[in-house]
Amino acid sequence: MVSPSQPHPDHATLAEKFNRDEARVDWHDKTLWFIREKRDRAAHTLPEWEDLRETASQIKHRVLDNLHDYLLQFEAQAQRNGVTVHWAATAEEHNQIVHRIIQQAGVTNIVKSKSMLTEECHLNDYLQEKGITVVDTDLGERIVQLAGEPPSHIVLPCIHWKKEEIGELFHRHLGTPAGNADPQFLTGAARAHLRERFMTSRVAITGVNFAVAETGEVVVCTNEGNADLGVQLADVHIACMGIEKIIPERKDLGIFLRLLARSATGQPVTTYSSHFRTPRAGQTMHIVLVDNGRSARLQEESFRHALKCIRCGACMNTCPVYRRSGGHSYHYAIAGPIGAILAPALDMKRHADLPFASTLCGSCTNVCPVKINIHEQLYDWRQVLARQGYVGGVKKIGLTGMAAVLARPRLYRWSGTVGRWFMKSLPALLNNKLNPWYKQREMPAVPKQSFQEWYRQNRQQHGQQR
Amino acid sequence: MKVALFVPCYVDQFYPQVAIATLEVLEKQGVTVVYPARQTCCGQPMANSGFEHLATGCNENFVENFADCDYIVSPSGSCVLHIKDHLHVESAEEKAASIRRRTYELVEFLTDIVQVKTLTSRFPHRVGLHQSCHGQRGLKLSQMSELVAPPFSKTGQLLGLVEGLELVQLNRADECCGFGGTFCVAEEAVSVKMGKDRVADHEAQGAAFITGNDMSCLMHLEGILRRQNSPMKVVHVAEILNAW
Amino acid sequence: MDSRDKILQAVKAGRKSTPPQTPPVWTPRTPAIEELTTRFETTLTGIGGNVVRVFSWHEIIEYIHGTFTASQRILSAVPALDLPAAAMPAGPHSFEDVDLIVLEPHFGVAENGAAWLTDSRMPDRVLPFIAQHIALVLRVEDLVPTMQEAYARIGSEQYELGTFIAGPSKTADIEQSLVLGAHGPKSMTVFLLQLS
Repeated sequence: MVSPSQPHPDHATLAEKFNRDEARVDWHDKTLWFIREKRDRAAHTLPEWEDLRETASQIKHRVLDNLHDYLLQFEAQAQRNGVTVHWAATAEEHNQIVHRIIQQAGVTNIVKSKSMLTEECHLNDYLQEKGITVVDTDLGERIVQLAGEPPSHIVLPCIHWKKEEIGELFHRHLGTPAGNADPQFLTGAARAHLRERFMTSRVAITGVNFAVAETGEVVVCTNEGNADLGVQLADVHIACMGIEKIIPERKDLGIFLRLLARSATGQPVTTYSSHFRTPRAGQTMHIVLVDNGRSARLQEESFRHALKCIRCGACMNTCPVYRRSGGHSYHYAIAGPIGAILAPALDMKRHADLPFASTLCGSCTNVCPVKINIHEQLYDWRQVLARQGYVGGVKKIGLTGMAAVLARPRLYRWSGTVGRWFMKSLPALLNNKLNPWYKQREMPAVPKQSFQEWYRQNRQQHGQQR
Repeated sequence: MKVALFVPCYVDQFYPQVAIATLEVLEKQGVTVVYPARQTCCGQPMANSGFEHLATGCNENFVENFADCDYIVSPSGSCVLHIKDHLHVESAEEKAASIRRRTYELVEFLTDIVQVKTLTSRFPHRVGLHQSCHGQRGLKLSQMSELVAPPFSKTGQLLGLVEGLELVQLNRADECCGFGGTFCVAEEAVSVKMGKDRVADHEAQGAAFITGNDMSCLMHLEGILRRQNSPMKVVHVAEILNAW
Repeated sequence: MDSRDKILQAVKAGRKSTPPQTPPVWTPRTPAIEELTTRFETTLTGIGGNVVRVFSWHEIIEYIHGTFTASQRILSAVPALDLPAAAMPAGPHSFEDVDLIVLEPHFGVAENGAAWLTDSRMPDRVLPFIAQHIALVLRVEDLVPTMQEAYARIGSEQYELGTFIAGPSKTADIEQSLVLGAHGPKSMTVFLLQLS
């Protein structure tokens, strides 16, 4: 992953690079569209789907309004259950807490199931520097980890990898026979490789899908069972979560678990939905509550509802831009539309390009199981970024000029006439490599008169002009 | 019923025939149409790029032009949505609010206000309907494929009244074409790829024309079609409704 | 001020009192057993599980003996079945070579093929995840239509660990090809038991 301190190319540049292999873009797009279609079919099996979305959205709304109380309730319940609760204001502090727990356990090898929060905090890099080896146990995450890459999708971490490439990767790292790219075979090889890690790791880190204030339990959803195997074979369970993962009551899970997997992959539910309430006898359990900018976002009216996100990835699968630019073009742990509204809150300068990596088509908002107004927030972020001076000079100069013309009807008429004359007379002015429109598209044909001119000629006699 | 015609700036400059068709379709339905001559633009180009605050002059001009009529009708879902969602003028907020309520996209005006039941138009061709996102998801001109809700299509309803027109079914009913305002040049690679895929879907269904409620999307698709020397053409829905 | 206070203070500053919204009305459903059974069977089969309808405990034993060989390690936590009991004290790692674990969940969910198990039904928490194959015995009268009725049934039960399991462990991380048996059981069989 590009380290947070280094400059990086913007989304448009990275997307352009991704688009140099058009066949691969087609493959990427179709794979994700297939998942979007599975999501549609799953949603359509439930006539009450839209009611579920509305209910989920309202529950999360209530959580955000009263997060303070719910956090205290959750902490008290978790402690009563024998769980140690930690609070981390920043990513750095989160990493330190996790490191300290691992040190206390006296181990240097640990397993971790999927957690976007630890990606956000760059936990693996941090622990690696401290001499601790983290093995990601979700198959997709293990694949990108072996490749030295961040996940490109929050639910489908290696959706950008072809099976032949994975075969080659496994050949190099796991010693599988060269040229074998059979998913069944490769999964079997990973199973054997990771089973050994599960059997020997005494610390297991998991993410958290939902944390119930009423009961102090945390719920972790996987298809592979990797979170469960890790936790049930370890002496120490560390569950890392953003503070917004709280839900008020256990029964709310009945809503969220109906929505989560259907939205994510079109499955009726994930294979495992495990509710960790107390540690096993002889085991210790830690929950790390992480802020890292969330409380600040909670105070911004336009953006607080982004905290409703349950990380299903549906907005990525449906996003026509994500499907054709790939997760890595977003240069942030969470890609796609939701990433584009979460990232700038953490670092406006670094992520100023992301809210512009969208056509504002609105499909993301429609698939969101908690009804986050993603496309409206993208629009709002653009306003904030432009006002704060994070939108490029050329765009600004051009649009300032445009605004001046459009505010003055007479100037508008004049420049329209002049503009069309130029387009007609000197097409080379526009039809060159510097014009990004013209690179792969023809310019519109220039009519001999504008509608205003036509109207003056043809309708003025009706006296309809003011 | 007095209707003021709002012609988006790029339609005025590049596609006058679409504005003429809009005017004539409305007149055929017995609607009195005026054209406020000092109009320019809805301000969306600035706002979608983050410079909503630069659109003040443009917005004031819009309010001055359109304060005095029953309805404002425009052949663009995108510009109409922008007006409805974002037209604000500090010194004339009441007028702006009233304009936001009274502004309609052409098709929804015909189906919802005029309540058109018959048309005298003929367009004997295979046509694909590109649902422009702002009209569809913003103005709800048709049901959205993401939602679990009964299907409808205001544009489809009108096209169904056109003699000889054969509407094709697309593989992806409401995928974005990739125009996206300044997105089309700022994210040129993805924009063009989206457009090519949209064109390919229509091609696969054997459409001779791509129609839609927004000329901006169609301009983008037309640019791609012409570069590919494709025989397929774009035509605004107003032109079809006005065709005979 | 430590991080806990800092976070709580900041979160408090973001507190709002939006007027309460009216949530969509939900009323629990009680479909007929046959409808639930069919839905459960179709759904679980669709996500890679096996469903075997049985009418006696004996049929379950017969099925298991017909599917697994005598040399395989089979453990059970279902008292009504004459199978070796999964004993506690050995510790979770000792179950690595278990070929089949048979458990009795509290109930199943028709809409998604999931079965609800808590620690009280598993001698060791690792068992449903570590075995090569898993079999569950579920009585047809213990089916609920959806997850909403499921949580109504769970109520405020004080389990230590509770888990919904819906099918074998699986992954589609390699090019969206579905592979059963990612880390945990490669198959899941649910015996839908209907005693007369």
